[in-house]
Amino acid sequence: MGIQTEGRITDIKERYKGGVLKYKQMGYWRPDYEPKATDFICVFRITPQEGVDTEEAAAAVAGESSTATWTVVWTDMLTAHEDYQAKAYRIDPVPGTGPGTDKEAQYFAYIAYDIILFEEGSIANVTASLIGNVFSFKPLKAARLEDIRIPVAYVKTFKGPPTGIIVERERLDKYGRPLLGATMKPKLGLSGKNYGRVVFEGLTGGLDFTKDDENINSQPFMHWRDRFLFCMEAVNKAQANSGEIKGHYLNITAATMEDMYERAEMAKTLGSNIIMVDLVIGWTAIQSISNWARKNDMILHMHRAGHGTYTRQKNHGVSFRVIAKWLRLAGVDHLHAGTAVGKLEGDPMTVQGYYNVCRDSVTRQDFSRGLFFDQDWADLRKVMPVASGGIHAGQMHQLLHLFGDDVVLQFGGGTIGHPGGIQAGATANRVGIEAMVKARNEGRDILNEGPDILRTAARWCKPLEQALETWKDVSFNYTSTDTPDFVATPTTSN
Amino acid sequence: MHITQGQFSFLPPLTEAEIRAQVDYAISKGWAIAIEWTDDPHPRNVYWSMWGPPMFEIRDGAAVTFELEACRKANPDSYIKINAFDNTRGVESTVMSFIVNRPAHEPGFGLTRQEADGRNIRYTTRPYSTERAGR
Repeated sequence: MGIQTEGRITDIKERYKGGVLKYKQMGYWRPDYEPKATDFICVFRITPQEGVDTEEAAAAVAGESSTATWTVVWTDMLTAHEDYQAKAYRIDPVPGTGPGTDKEAQYFAYIAYDIILFEEGSIANVTASLIGNVFSFKPLKAARLEDIRIPVAYVKTFKGPPTGIIVERERLDKYGRPLLGATMKPKLGLSGKNYGRVVFEGLTGGLDFTKDDENINSQPFMHWRDRFLFCMEAVNKAQANSGEIKGHYLNITAATMEDMYERAEMAKTLGSNIIMVDLVIGWTAIQSISNWARKNDMILHMHRAGHGTYTRQKNHGVSFRVIAKWLRLAGVDHLHAGTAVGKLEGDPMTVQGYYNVCRDSVTRQDFSRGLFFDQDWADLRKVMPVASGGIHAGQMHQLLHLFGDDVVLQFGGGTIGHPGGIQAGATANRVGIEAMVKARNEGRDILNEGPDILRTAARWCKPLEQALETWKDVSFNYTSTDTPDFVATPTTSN
Repeated sequence: MHITQGQFSFLPPLTEAEIRAQVDYAISKGWAIAIEWTDDPHPRNVYWSMWGPPMFEIRDGAAVTFELEACRKANPDSYIKINAFDNTRGVESTVMSFIVNRPAHEPGFGLTRQEADGRNIRYTTRPYSTERAGR
């Protein structure tokens, strides 16, 4: 600890050229360190400022996300400070960046954190450390938390999803196929009565679920109580018409926790089996409402509104796979995790990585899917991923191939925009998925034979025929922003 | 009325060969197979009558075909479904379920609304099938 506090340097470049050296010297760079089974491990993608040494940049990230401040403090000496220091122990250059490429140099920095740094069962505490000050830190041009290995000991401090995939299916009595849903459209402006009509038509046509959109709360055109009353009339009527359990995700997102509890209680009184919240309510509110859902036998649907502001750009922010891990711990039952083929961002392999995080008992390291670590989930319940946004019946084979059975496929426009009406749109999707599951189970190669399988079913199912005709040319083939960077021969990771 | 519980209720009724193909798929996964029947298909009626215990570790779908035929003979005008069960740790639940027999006439359900405080309504789904004389 022989570092001196230097005088103030007014030239910004000079200031940080010198300043970051301290972190390495203070012990935040430990290339010999072997992470313990009880350590958190984070891999950050960092873009150091020009002239900043890589190892020192990594050490700075470790320092700023754990004990360090900008200068040396003697009060460190009153603690077992080496335990509290995070340790950057490994740096890999990101393939396709740096000298000889058109991108500035980026590095994957691996940092280990002792479990003592984190309060048990608190995502708010974990995030305050790991994505706190460090993301505004001047010596780095950009930083992104790519992945995290959460020690099993810490996983066990969470109750996780209140319902989970298995119990959700048992409550709904629906097995062996993806669930089908639709988001009500238009998202804004419908009165409660008209809105309930769309719910009724969709569910009666064959959907399992309908959904409020993320920004449907309690606006002048439809107060929340009206929405709840009309939607539950629609759900119950559709249930009696089909003999099948149906649900509508009642969005209880509101200004305060008290308002959310009031809305959740009303949903319970009316017999709803599911409620929903938006990611923007924040980690503490999510964990609170998860506890409520667990106490009240309610499925909890999470709409990831807002995540794109920090998950999408590869060089800065937090990868969605990390958000998904935190949400599984915090305890949600449904999570929007991408479609790969729809209108929203998502490279197929990367999206499959998110699905693994939601559904695995043990998630295995798989660089091609952006998964840097093995993650043991310690029997925590599984999150049902939701594929929503710009998908339609003609993609049924691709969706089933990519995601398997444990997923909610949500066709909003793809149901309500059907030329034969909402019921017809719902029926087209239900017939499409049932035909595809049946064919897959019969051993057919659905990825290649899928269009044929759909056309065959369309011969006796007019709504499916119309759906295939209407959306036959619709695809969203844009290049994904967020793709994994890895070398074909992965190196081992601790 | 046509109840739409199960994996394949929106498709035309499965032929014997199609049922066998689904059974063979379940067997290939190592899942146990169960046959259940009822005359009360209420969506919350979880426990249909078991046609014998689930068949664990079966290798030949013919056994299922045989039992299904026997169940149909005994309960021709009932709902019958085939379930597959996966006992893998972390699953330990039903993973397939599809209806293979229906009554000639499906009476359907009525919805009873009890007006409660405020504008709240308590809903009850009633199966007409259990309201026939003598049941």
